[in-house]
Amino acid sequence: MDAPVIKKKLGLKDRYAAMTRGLAWDTTYQPMEKVFPFDQYEGIKIHDWDKWEDPFRLTMDAYWKYQGEKEKKLYAVIEAFAQNNGQLGISDARYVNALKLFIQGVTPLEYYAHRGFAHVGRHFTGAGARVAAQMQSIDELRHYQTETHALSHYNKYFNGLHQPTQWFDRVWYLSVPKSFFEDALSGGPFEFLTAVSFSFEYVLTNLLFVPFMSGAAHNGDMSTVTFGFSAQSDESRHMTLGIECIKFMLEQDPANVPIVQRWIDKWFWRGYRLLTLVAMMQDYMLPKRVMSWKESWEMYVEENGGALFRDLARYGIREPKGWKQACEGKDHISHQAWNTFYNYGAAAPFHTWIPKEDELQWLSEKYPDTFDKYYRPRFEYLREEQKAGRRIYSKTLPMLCNTCQIPLLFTEPGDPTKICHRETEYKGDKYHFCSDGCKDVFEHEPEKYVQSWLPVQQIYQGHCFKPGVDPTAEGFDPLLAVLDWYGMNVGRDNFDFEGSEDQKNFAAWRGDPVPGATAAADQGAQP
Amino acid sequence: MNASTAPVVSSVFIAFQDNEESRPVVDAILADNAQASATYPPGLVKINAPGRLVIRRETIEEQTGQRFNLQQLHVNLVTLSGYIDEDDDEFSLSWEH
Repeated sequence: MDAPVIKKKLGLKDRYAAMTRGLAWDTTYQPMEKVFPFDQYEGIKIHDWDKWEDPFRLTMDAYWKYQGEKEKKLYAVIEAFAQNNGQLGISDARYVNALKLFIQGVTPLEYYAHRGFAHVGRHFTGAGARVAAQMQSIDELRHYQTETHALSHYNKYFNGLHQPTQWFDRVWYLSVPKSFFEDALSGGPFEFLTAVSFSFEYVLTNLLFVPFMSGAAHNGDMSTVTFGFSAQSDESRHMTLGIECIKFMLEQDPANVPIVQRWIDKWFWRGYRLLTLVAMMQDYMLPKRVMSWKESWEMYVEENGGALFRDLARYGIREPKGWKQACEGKDHISHQAWNTFYNYGAAAPFHTWIPKEDELQWLSEKYPDTFDKYYRPRFEYLREEQKAGRRIYSKTLPMLCNTCQIPLLFTEPGDPTKICHRETEYKGDKYHFCSDGCKDVFEHEPEKYVQSWLPVQQIYQGHCFKPGVDPTAEGFDPLLAVLDWYGMNVGRDNFDFEGSEDQKNFAAWRGDPVPGATAAADQGAQP
Repeated sequence: MNASTAPVVSSVFIAFQDNEESRPVVDAILADNAQASATYPPGLVKINAPGRLVIRRETIEEQTGQRFNLQQLHVNLVTLSGYIDEDDDEFSLSWEH
């Protein structure tokens, strides 16, 4: 036997270099540009891919080890939650509606992200970037699976969780997250990373996974907080990939700066609009509250984003174009969105409600400049109508923004009493927008956005009924026909929380007084 | 007030799940970074620091008496801000280059 040779262990930086460098090669049977057809056409110039650094220096062996540990911890909690009927320990059955929005609108994005990162992980010519994108692709698949698995437990007990993938493809408000991601996926690889890794994950995703998940903990939902934080532990790495990609592009060639700036402008605004749903979840759907949307925005976007853009100024990057408007919106968008969903509560597979008096009070305190002045009177009016047996359900279809696909519910900058509406013409057709930001995005790439699948237009064109449905038949109800095509259980998945099956079941399981005994509550569930 | 002359010091932060594995890490950070402060939103521990924040392997090991690999941070990490510099002994966050 030979004497054992004691080798000095490589340090982290050397280990990372050994495990990531020299792994790629240039092709010889086919030209490189044919094998990697996507990483040039966006105009981003890269001179030296070896300058790409993963600051975490995570190599594949360490990746599998730590991801395995995370999974074991997560599943221990998910299983304990299910075994102990954890759903009975949540603060209030209204809370589950936030989870419905999560499985409908967020979880499918994890799957899209998995596909997107698999794609760019194949198509970058630089090996370091490919490895990082491949790890993230696996992470995103893990998130999709663990979220689906954790939330499937709630599906055994509550309505509105049974068809998330079909709803994602068909339901009107879910076209907002779906079109956002399809826009990113159909861009080139550098735009995809700027959109998803930088603008969404680095600048904005803390708003979803940190205060909202802390809210889940506060509302007794151990299962969701655990998958949320487990996902977010990967997110730190994803955010780092986002900022690394931006720095890399900016440092490789000054000609990249204007391209990157335009992408930052576009994707900050797209992401901000998408997060309207999260703003509403945080201010209205968490019965026990941790912090307001406005406070979260200030902490995670204004403060942290401010630091980021002060730093990126040395490359000639300025803060995103819609920054000031987005900061103004922190006082408004959650209220405007909840009001809209309350009105369209017949057409959405989750429940809405008027906040209780102490909740209105909390909103007044958190939004001293706007809530009492603009929003409380509307909720009080709607509450009176509901009490009088006239719960309002809009049956007309709203005008949608051609870019973000959100109904025109946002107000003019500087005037929260006037709906913001912009128009543009392209090849003889008129297109409508919710904001200057969304109009700018369209006007730079009109040939892309004229193809948008806009739910309202699709309904009017007759594309959202089941085969064989005859819209000319006597007594035809277009809304019911659309909900049938969605796959919604009308009367169980939708309408007000007051009088819902969820409300009655939860009270019965917990031994609380069963609601619905009063006339006003019964009327809540009638359209 | 001389806001026009004083450079803005950007803060960095790091947050972990608030659990037993994170506790020695948090204690080490607070010991090594005089200006750092911890907040505890439900389920979380979030540490803010002006300018720079460093996590030292040795300090964590002194707390627990066990060996610690800094990459174990990934298991309970929730979010962070700033640029990362990491080797076997130190993990730091800052806006410097």
